[in-house]
Amino acid sequence: MAVNRNKSVLLLAGVFLILILMGMAFGNAYGYPEFGGVAALVIAAIYVLWAYFGGRAAILAISSAQEADPVRDRQLINLVDEMRIAAGLPMPKVYTIESDALNAFATGRDPDHAAVAVTRGLINKLNREELQGVVAHEMSHIRNYDIRLMMLVAALVGAVVLLADIFGRSLWYGGSSRRFRRTSERSGSGAAILALIGIVFMILAPLFASLLQMAISRRREFLADASAVELTRNPHALATALEKIDNALEATPLPGASRATQHIYIANPLRSFGMRASALWSTHPPTAARIKVLQAMG
Amino acid sequence: MAYIIVLALAALIVFYVVGLYNRLVRLRNAVRNAWHQIDVQLKRRHDLIPNLVEVVKDYMSYEQETLQKVIEARGAAMNASGTASVAQAENMLTGALKSLFALMEAYPDLKANQNVRELQEELTSTENKIAFARQYYNDSVMRMNNATELFPSSLIAASFGFQREEYYVVPEAEREPVKVDLR
Repeated sequence: MAVNRNKSVLLLAGVFLILILMGMAFGNAYGYPEFGGVAALVIAAIYVLWAYFGGRAAILAISSAQEADPVRDRQLINLVDEMRIAAGLPMPKVYTIESDALNAFATGRDPDHAAVAVTRGLINKLNREELQGVVAHEMSHIRNYDIRLMMLVAALVGAVVLLADIFGRSLWYGGSSRRFRRTSERSGSGAAILALIGIVFMILAPLFASLLQMAISRRREFLADASAVELTRNPHALATALEKIDNALEATPLPGASRATQHIYIANPLRSFGMRASALWSTHPPTAARIKVLQAMG
Repeated sequence: MAYIIVLALAALIVFYVVGLYNRLVRLRNAVRNAWHQIDVQLKRRHDLIPNLVEVVKDYMSYEQETLQKVIEARGAAMNASGTASVAQAENMLTGALKSLFALMEAYPDLKANQNVRELQEELTSTENKIAFARQYYNDSVMRMNNATELFPSSLIAASFGFQREEYYVVPEAEREPVKVDLR
């Protein structure tokens, strides 16, 4: 738990560094690297504050999660209440996602500001014990402070992808006028090299960001599965729940999921890199491996 | 120079002791809070039972005996005082409720009733919450006991009178699966 809080601090430092470097590369392309660096620093500070305090709302909004209905979703709310009692945590906010896909996630900056979101499909397809297992898994993410780390990762990856996109477009569309201005001001060769470095960096940054995202979340899923069993004392229910979730992944995709948020879900909703294999390119361990570990517990 | 080092060391030790003391207080409060969590859920169960019996009794006219047992167990649990007798009475109530739930399975009309379904969900959840609150209580007790017995916090615990806490122990009878007589 303390490890995750330290990781969050490290990650924040990383966000600053990357954003500042990107700002400098970005500013450099227009001939003002210092201005780019300072602007990026200010924007990064605001951005990190926003991600920390507003990240929960943003992730919930992106996933089109709605607050659970106290009457219709009584059972879900009860299950969350049961699991937060077992974990000795305050009650998180409960959300539903109106989709037939089977998935769930938790987010927030700490257990006092946490939210659990579950798809309608999951509520309909799982029995009470299985749903309890999934909720326990999410509650473990809250208890371990995974949610803060994952939220910051989502913000970081989102920003890097966005900036790289903006940069790419501005190079494409703003190219001719800038080249004209540059050649009239000073010799172009040095600036061109710096611009090239900027471009290389723009290509590498998203790659680095997704590598980070993967490294952070894979072990974490096994840990959350194990902690969930510690809460429910029922490994088989979680195992069958994962099986059902896994079987439904390809049949019913989750509309709100994106590159920036794929790692927060209980099972990866994108599967973009051929997730059947336990490859380097997966944010999640293969579900079969998770089920095997769970079955061994019972 | 030596003077400053001694002073710094003394300050460090004071901070460490204060930290350990605060940890023990926090753990003790957690144990007490966990205990009250159990009470909250027990109270909720007592409040729900009359509603369930009221809704169910028209359908289950042949099961008066079971319903009567639930009502009696509820009364006994509410009147019990002292940790041991409360625990015993509540366990009686748990048993009575379990047999009522098992019997309800045999009445399809009953199970289709929206009111009954909601009440059953609430009671099932409350039963779970009681169990999980006890589980968490025992976890808190374990953390407290570890802190009072493990070195070096045991030294602080002994000098400030922190006590071991008692585990909640499940009575033998409750460990057996419920037997249902459907006649």
